[in-house]
Amino acid sequence: MTQATTTSLSRVAYLRSALAATGSGLLKAFNANKTSWVGLGVFLIVAALAILAPWIAPYDPLDQNILFRLKPPSAEHWFGTDYYGRDTLSRILWGARISLAIGLLAIGSAMLLGTLIGMIAGYYGGRTDIIIMQIMDVLLAFPSLILGLIVVAMLGPSIANLVIAIALTAIPPFARIARAPTIAVKNREFIEAGRALGYSDTRLMFGHILPNIAPEILVMGSLWLATAIRVEASLAFIGLGVAPPTATWGGMIREGFENILDSFWLALFPSIAILIVVFALNLLGDGLRDAIDPRLRGEE
Amino acid sequence: MTAFVLKRLGFAVITLFAVLTIVFFIVRILPGDPAMAILGDQASQEALVALRARLGLDQPLYVQYVQFLGGVIVGDWGVSMVSGRPVIQEILKVLPATLELTIVSLILGAVVGVPLGVWSAVRRNKLPDYITRMASLLGLSFPAFVSAVLLLLVFAIQLRWFPVISSGQGTTLGERLRDLALPAINLGLIMAAYITRVARSAMLEVLNQDYVRTAYAKGLAFATIIWRHCLRNAMIPVVTVVGLYLGILIGNSVLTEIVFNRPGLGKLIIGALNQRDYTMLQGMMVIYTLIVVLVNLLTDLTYGLIDPRIKYS
Repeated sequence: MTQATTTSLSRVAYLRSALAATGSGLLKAFNANKTSWVGLGVFLIVAALAILAPWIAPYDPLDQNILFRLKPPSAEHWFGTDYYGRDTLSRILWGARISLAIGLLAIGSAMLLGTLIGMIAGYYGGRTDIIIMQIMDVLLAFPSLILGLIVVAMLGPSIANLVIAIALTAIPPFARIARAPTIAVKNREFIEAGRALGYSDTRLMFGHILPNIAPEILVMGSLWLATAIRVEASLAFIGLGVAPPTATWGGMIREGFENILDSFWLALFPSIAILIVVFALNLLGDGLRDAIDPRLRGEE
Repeated sequence: MTAFVLKRLGFAVITLFAVLTIVFFIVRILPGDPAMAILGDQASQEALVALRARLGLDQPLYVQYVQFLGGVIVGDWGVSMVSGRPVIQEILKVLPATLELTIVSLILGAVVGVPLGVWSAVRRNKLPDYITRMASLLGLSFPAFVSAVLLLLVFAIQLRWFPVISSGQGTTLGERLRDLALPAINLGLIMAAYITRVARSAMLEVLNQDYVRTAYAKGLAFATIIWRHCLRNAMIPVVTVVGLYLGILIGNSVLTEIVFNRPGLGKLIIGALNQRDYTMLQGMMVIYTLIVVLVNLLTDLTYGLIDPRIKYS
C-alpha cells in the first residue's frame, strides 16, 4: 500500500471516529433531557413547513386582492388578509423560509469562524490568545442589535448583508465557547501522545480537539439560532429587513402594527410564529446544555 | 483596591478607544453622501461643496479622525447634520427617558426574577420548578417588539388600562407612571426571565455546598439559610450576568421605545439612521459604548460589596 493511501485511509478513519464521538455525545445529551426532543420536533416541523411552502401555501404570498383587504380570519383565509389583500397564512409560510435561511446561514458561518478563532486562541495561547480575545471582547462590548442595525444600514438590507450583520455579532460568543474547552483539552494525554507521534497542529485541532468540543458548540448553535431569528425579525420590524414585498415575519408585524387598531390579527399571527420557533430552539438548546454541562451532569 | 480600579479603568479606556475607532470608520463608509441627504438631490454643486466644507467632510480622513477623538474627550460631539443642534444636547435631552425605562425595568426584573429563581432552585424538579423554567424560557424567547405589541393589544387597545402612545412627557408622578408602566413591564419581564434562570442555577450550585448542610445541621431556620446564607453567595453570578445582559437590555429598549412611541435613544438612533445623520450616529455609538463600559466597570466593583472575601488585586 502506498504512503498516500495509508494517509487518506487513516484520515477517513479518524474523521469517522470524530463524527461518531460528536454524534454519541449529542445523543446522550438528548436522552438525558426529553424536552430537547420536543424542541427538535417542533423546529423540524416548522423547517418542513418552510421547505414545503411553495406546495402547501394556499395562495401566492405576493398576490394582491384589493377587494379582500384587511379581512379577518375565515374559512378561505385562515389567518385573514393584509392591507393589500394578501393571504397572511401563505406569507407566514414563505416568511419562515427567509427567517430560517438567514438564521441558519448566519449562525452556520459564525459557528465555523468563531470556533476556528477560539480554537486558534486557545491552542496557541500566549500573545495570540490575548490579542484575539481582546478583539472579541471589544466586539462583545457592543449591543448586538445596535451593531446589526448599523451594519445593515451601512451595507443595505439584503439577505447576504443580514447574514453578515448577524454572523458578526455571533462570532465572539462562539470564539469564547470554543476557547475554554480547547485549553482544557490541549493538555490531556491523548493530545500529548498525538504530538509525540508527530501529528501536525491542524490535525490535532481538527481531528482530536474539535470532536471533543463539538457537542458544546452545536448546543450553543441551537441557542444562537434562536437569537439570530429574533434579531432578524427585530431588524425587519425596524425596517431594515429584506425589502418588501418579500414576506418576512418581522416585516409582517411591522405592517400589521400600522393597522393594529382594526386588524389585530395581522401582527398577532406572525408574532406567534416567531415565538413558536424561538421557543422550540431554546427548548432544544437549553435541554441539551443542561445535559452536557459538566457542573450539572449526573444531578438529575 | 486602588490598583484594581486603575487597571479596570485602563482596560475601559482601551475598549472605549478601540470602539470609537471602529465607530468612526464604520460611519465614514456608510453609502450615500450626507450633504446630498441633507440638501436633497436637487441641490446645486456649489451648495453641496459648501455644506461638505462646513461639516468638515472635505478634510482628509486622518484629520477628521483626530478631530473626532479630540472632540469626544472635550465633550464636543459635533452638531447634528439634520437639526443643526449639538449632538450631545440632543442625546442628553432623551437620555433620561431611556435611563428611566431601563433602570425601572432592571429593578422590576430583579424583584420578579431573583425570588422566582430561588423558589425554583429550592423546589428543584418539582412542579413549581418546571413551571418557572418553562415560563422563563418562554419569556426570553419573546422578541421585545412582539411582547410589546401583544401588551399593547391587550392592555392598551382591548382593556384600555394604559395609553396606546406613551409620551414620556407626563408632568405629574401618576402620569409618568402610567406612561412608563407598559414599556417597563415589557422590558422588565424579559429581564426577569433571564434573571430567574441565572438565579436558579447559581442557587443550585450554592445549595450543594457543605456550609449549607452545616447550617441545616445547626438547626437554623430554613428562611435564614436560603435568604441569608445561600442567596448572598449566589448573587455574584447573578450580578455578572445582569451586567452581561446590558446589551440585550439596550437592544430591547430600542424596540420597546419604537412600539410605544416613547422618546429615547432608540427613537433617536432610528431617526439618525434614516436621515444618514453621521454625527448623530457617531454620538449615539459613543454614548452606548460609554454606558456599556461604565456598567461593566460598576459590575466588577459591585462584587466586593456583595462578597467581602473578594480582594481587588
